[in-house]
Amino acid sequence: MQTNPHTSSSSFSGQDLHLSYGGPMIVEGLTITIPTQAITAIIGPNGCGKSTLLKALARILIPEQGKVEVNEVDIHSQSTKEIARQIGLLPQNPRSPDGITVSDLIQRGRYPHQGIFRQWSREDEASVNNALSVTGLTNFSDKPIDELSGGQRQRVWIAMLLAQETPIMLLDEPTTHLDIAHQIEVLDLLKELTRQHNRTIVMVLHDINLAVRYADNLIAMRDGKIKTFGEPHNVVTAQMMHEVFSIQAQILQDPVSGSPLCIPVIKNT
Amino acid sequence: MHYLAITTPTLQRSLTVLAGICLTILLIQLADRIQPRSYTFRWKNISSRFQLRVIWMSLGAIIVITILVGVGLIVGDYPIPASKAIATALWDRNGEYDFIVNSLRFPRIIVAILAGMCFASSGLIFQSLINNPLVSPDIIGINSGAAVLAVAILAAGGNIAYLPYAAFLGALLTAALIYLLSWKRGISATRLVLVGIGINAVLGAIITYITIKYPIERVVAAARWQAGTLFGATWDDARTLSIGLLLLLPPAFFLTTRLRILQLGDETAITIGSKIERDRLALLAVASLLAALAVSVVGPLGFVALIVPQAARLLLGSITGGVLIFTALLGGFFLLGADLIAQRLFAPVMLPAGVITATFGGPYFLYLLARYNRAN
Repeated sequence: MQTNPHTSSSSFSGQDLHLSYGGPMIVEGLTITIPTQAITAIIGPNGCGKSTLLKALARILIPEQGKVEVNEVDIHSQSTKEIARQIGLLPQNPRSPDGITVSDLIQRGRYPHQGIFRQWSREDEASVNNALSVTGLTNFSDKPIDELSGGQRQRVWIAMLLAQETPIMLLDEPTTHLDIAHQIEVLDLLKELTRQHNRTIVMVLHDINLAVRYADNLIAMRDGKIKTFGEPHNVVTAQMMHEVFSIQAQILQDPVSGSPLCIPVIKNT
Repeated sequence: MHYLAITTPTLQRSLTVLAGICLTILLIQLADRIQPRSYTFRWKNISSRFQLRVIWMSLGAIIVITILVGVGLIVGDYPIPASKAIATALWDRNGEYDFIVNSLRFPRIIVAILAGMCFASSGLIFQSLINNPLVSPDIIGINSGAAVLAVAILAAGGNIAYLPYAAFLGALLTAALIYLLSWKRGISATRLVLVGIGINAVLGAIITYITIKYPIERVVAAARWQAGTLFGATWDDARTLSIGLLLLLPPAFFLTTRLRILQLGDETAITIGSKIERDRLALLAVASLLAALAVSVVGPLGFVALIVPQAARLLLGSITGGVLIFTALLGGFFLLGADLIAQRLFAPVMLPAGVITATFGGPYFLYLLARYNRAN
């Protein structure tokens, strides 16, 4: 796969974000600069606002106050297709139409690059074929998605995101519902994308130990605020686990990678 | 056709129906053999892609419709020799059959095709947009909306010339009401369906009330209109429908691209570059207008909008502009076929076409419901 000059961005940030779904503020005054061409994982307890933050970064949620900027331009000041060529999202529970085939779904990822008269250019075709091969789905392209396994289905959605060719990819819990082998498969793929294709990835992850292994940076959130932000070995400490998750945990050194390994201490044992 | 004319009418009738069924099955068989390949067209910055299967099947549908048009011109209470019927329809304005062919049969055939096209394309848009194969304009109350105003006019003894306008208005008002009532920080498909079903029930009650309250002779006309009938279709009706289709089908065709994006769910659709509320409103408006147009001319004919898009998607897969065109053609074929059967099955008694579409549609709907339940 050749590196596409359009798929690397220079800056991505959220400034003074106030976020709510019409009711109480979930995130209040959050500012973050996302490191580009790296993987950033957001961790935190349920309801801490991590998915909300991701939705704001993906411009699904319009901030009550503050702004999200790509290359120092407010994303809400740009046309929808223009911004769709820069930021892509894999939602937590993506919805696929009944009976849709793998290639049909992935092709829809090309929408922001198409127009009324430009419906299936050479770039579209190359991009979809590339997305199929990177995710190892070439042989499945004519299969209905309903017939695939959970791991394969997740790969189809990632392939669609790849076909969108955005420098920034946001993923909301991309490994939920997957077994350990498929979790690793998906995360390996994402890692390859940042290393070889300069993509900027932000994802919400529940498994702290996987987040530590795969992310270059961690954001630990609680009550709509960022508690700590930085490289995994600086973020994952017994104190952070207590402050963010309210649990007692021991932090060991992972014998395989040398990164921190979090072992929760369970009461009554 | 002469040798058929001397056989008994029943035999002639059965043969026609049998031939139609065989032809349809044959075409479906042929269609399944066509590989799902596509042809890409590129010239400078213009590019497009066609599924070969869609093109072949649309051509097939046009051929079948043409044959059915011929059959419709020939058979009837007053059989007309094939050569004479076709000559009269196409060029001979002075023949002895001119009135039967050009004033009774031909406009009715054309109206059946065009109304079928409206219903089917409307149904396809609704089903794809709401991502539920059990939804159609008749189920969410748009047909009932048309019926309330139309039945009110008939029952009150109003001028029958206003009927189409009242029906059209009723359908559009209902669509707008459903849309407004389902609005809550945006439109959700589920809410739209539930609101629609609720409104349909309320409108059904109003219709029943009107039919009970008013004198029986007026109510009979209302009941007949409500079943959906092509009886007495005129060239004016055909003109109304064709102008409407010419205005509505092209936007519907181009909106399918946006519909395919909306199908992915709101979150994905937004991040992929869709203005979801604007696109959804545009699609609902086009689909409602298509349904309102057809209802205003032929009455609230049920099930065409429900089962034809189903069949089309079974044959061709998820929606594209091409699939929309094919669905429209299939709808034309279905309603024309249903109307011919309705006319001939118990001849000389003519049934409203809606009775036939419901007879075939009802069981099919139950089958879908059962299959859908099992899949979930």
